Amino acid sequence: MDRRKFLKQSSLASSLFFVPSFVRAFEEVASSKLGYKRLVIIQLSGGNDGLNTVIPYRNDLYYKERPTLGIAKKDIIKLNDEVGLNPSLTPLKRLYDKGYLSIINNVGYPNPIRSHFRSMDIWQTATDSNEYSQSGWVGRYLDNYGKQPYSAIEIDESLSLAMKGENINAIATQDAKTFYNLSKDPYFKNINNHQNDAHLSEHNLGYLYKSMIAANSSAKYIYETSKTVTSLQDYPNNKFGKQLKTTAQFINSGLQTKVFYTSLGGFDTHVNQQNTQKRLLGQYADGVEAFVQDLKDNDTFKDTLILTFSEFGRRVKQNASVGTDHGTANNVFIIGENLKKQGFYNNMASLSDLDDNGDLKFEIDFRTIYATVLDKWLEVDDKKVLNKSFKQLDFI
Amino acid sequence: MKTKYIQHLYRRIGFGILPTTLNKLSKRSKKEVINSLLIASKNVTPLEVDTSEIKAIFSGGMMNANKLDAETRRKIQKLSRKKQIELNVAWIERLNNSQEILREKMTLFWANHFVCEDNSITYIQQFNNTLRKHALGNFKDFVNAISKEAAMTKYLNTKQNKKQKPNENFARELMELFTLGVGHYSEEDIKESAKAFTGYSHNLQGQFVFRKRAHHEGDKTFFGKTGNFSGEDIIDIILEQKQCAKYICGKVYRFFVNDIIDENHVNVMAEVFYKDYNIETLMRYMLMADWFYDDKNIGTKIKSPIEFLVGLKTIVPTEFKNPKQLLYIQKLLGQTLLDPPNVAGWKGGRNWIDSNTIVLRLKLPSLLLNGAYISKAKEGQEDAMMDTKKELFKKKFGHRFKVETDWEYFNNQFKTVALSDLQDHVLACEINNNAKAYLSSLEKESKREYCIQLMSLPEYQMC
Repeated sequence: MDRRKFLKQSSLASSLFFVPSFVRAFEEVASSKLGYKRLVIIQLSGGNDGLNTVIPYRNDLYYKERPTLGIAKKDIIKLNDEVGLNPSLTPLKRLYDKGYLSIINNVGYPNPIRSHFRSMDIWQTATDSNEYSQSGWVGRYLDNYGKQPYSAIEIDESLSLAMKGENINAIATQDAKTFYNLSKDPYFKNINNHQNDAHLSEHNLGYLYKSMIAANSSAKYIYETSKTVTSLQDYPNNKFGKQLKTTAQFINSGLQTKVFYTSLGGFDTHVNQQNTQKRLLGQYADGVEAFVQDLKDNDTFKDTLILTFSEFGRRVKQNASVGTDHGTANNVFIIGENLKKQGFYNNMASLSDLDDNGDLKFEIDFRTIYATVLDKWLEVDDKKVLNKSFKQLDFI
Repeated sequence: MKTKYIQHLYRRIGFGILPTTLNKLSKRSKKEVINSLLIASKNVTPLEVDTSEIKAIFSGGMMNANKLDAETRRKIQKLSRKKQIELNVAWIERLNNSQEILREKMTLFWANHFVCEDNSITYIQQFNNTLRKHALGNFKDFVNAISKEAAMTKYLNTKQNKKQKPNENFARELMELFTLGVGHYSEEDIKESAKAFTGYSHNLQGQFVFRKRAHHEGDKTFFGKTGNFSGEDIIDIILEQKQCAKYICGKVYRFFVNDIIDENHVNVMAEVFYKDYNIETLMRYMLMADWFYDDKNIGTKIKSPIEFLVGLKTIVPTEFKNPKQLLYIQKLLGQTLLDPPNVAGWKGGRNWIDSNTIVLRLKLPSLLLNGAYISKAKEGQEDAMMDTKKELFKKKFGHRFKVETDWEYFNNQFKTVALSDLQDHVLACEINNNAKAYLSSLEKESKREYCIQLMSLPEYQMC
């Protein structure tokens, strides 16, 4: 680690603990007045079949390549004369109709990797496909711009690589109370009762004490802030629904968190895909609709942007087990109130111009989406986070 | 050898040392202690879980040449997942109870150097045992063996590396992560050496297969040399670079000695290693070096989650009734054996620690070993309601982890240790003044309660 950089950051971090609370309270008022913008990331793990999610139902190639997996025209929720949605996405259609949804088609990256782990890594670290990084893109956002570990929260029991920075990691919690309970034994408070700056020096033990104090204060802050609100909104009774409910609670309580990370798994549909995908997309759409409603009721939707992605799409041609194998480019959903480009951001991928594997050729690099969100939504220097300059899109 | 040094040695090359063993060793010289460590590790005991069911499928009639039908494949995958959990648990068990202490710690080290993962239990088990076999051997043989492992040819796509369509993945990581470090080769070197590894593959049973027809015959230019190089030739040329010895020694130093590299020490280590790339010789040199026992190297490293967990189990034997919970804890702590984040492995050091892991690490000893209870009775006062409180805690938190702890064993092992000396056995570093003052204000109810108090300190994270 760059020692000087670390020293600089650690002294900054430790001094924050000693800022009188009224000063911090003032800062918070100021920032919330300006509109406290938040990003919610939804990861569909396993590789969602984008082609049966957003369906080119007028394209004969679609039905030709998917004779038994293709979804019948009559069942598709039509968005326009060419394209429609999976039948279980009715709630998403309602968001689409309100202009809250932007569908970015054909998103991927050069030299695609068809392994779940690797491709998920690439999406989470935002590196080229032949590069390995031990920090994620949200983590590097924290390194550069996050004031506290809780500036980014993953609603899960452990942290994804996306949320780990070079110097600072986000917080993972499914349940603010449990996290707080783990940390609140008075024993821990007493062993650092009279901490002073001198102790929090640069050696490893000092780092541990500092981390402990930061963690305990984060746990307390998240719990005490979030418990002030209870959601009146009904959510689907599944794990994903609970994640979104917790996220809404965090947001609506005014928690000073910029990025939330959630995920829904099970999209690796090699066999008998239709029912599995239908069920999962149903969970996704029902959950998101409830979430949006919850935020709207609390006037926080206007400051929230929801980004949905999956590590890859699937092969155009169905396989022998009425499923699909790992593919490449996929669609990304952007949900928010004031989108610049509502509906379709770009055209669907070509089904005739495929790569050697029979997979879609990507058109939009996913990192251009990250760069746009970083620059235009979170208002930070995207190059610092992505370590590279990417062209920006104009969906927000 | 001084007890302090023996403890340091065993914390770094193992997971700590118990008072009974420490007593015996303290009568011997440093050379004798290290000699016997190395001799004990001459032996190689492969780590194996029963995979006969899968092997039967491979060799049985269900197998059609080298292809499996979809149903058999799924059956194997399901079995494999179950067996991976077994292998994980067996590995932890091995780390806790092995005579080949140094070999096992080295295996753990190499597993985060030659990083690999695979869904197939047979391939990953074989890979794991290759790490174990070469852990103290010759580095050249080691790299060659790794390059031919089924799991590795899958993981880094050497399998797909064919003369018609080269895949550079393995060649790149071979240099960037396994031998030289980033920046010590050119893109051209990668392209050329990838050609030398074309044709590397494996059969269904996991044995290395060289597919001659996929191999690129013809000249390759690599590090200024030109010839019809094979994969072995490429590894020879890489190892001729002194940078390779330096890179490996740097990694060994960071793992065993200190996060912050002392260039002088690493350079001397590299001189020793470069001569014949004998890993045992390197380790002997390092462990014998006076600087290994410098104050700045004692108790200054942050334990990895596995060091933390296995160390805890060394002091108080703990059996997980539900093996999945042992994996769950590893996941929460940020290091699940056999499941590395990617080929770059775990970063280690301060990166083990974040808000979640520090909270869990501080709470886990009491949670696992003492019904979540940390005694806080003031000095001179008995922890009167302790048993009642413990019952309450157990009801509230005990359901989280089903474990059986052997405090009896702890009491026996620490019988001769005075309560006031317990700290030196449990902690690798001094307690900071504030915590010390607080601790001394508390009643030392029993060795057990005191041990839990010590284990619940940030100091316990150090080794």
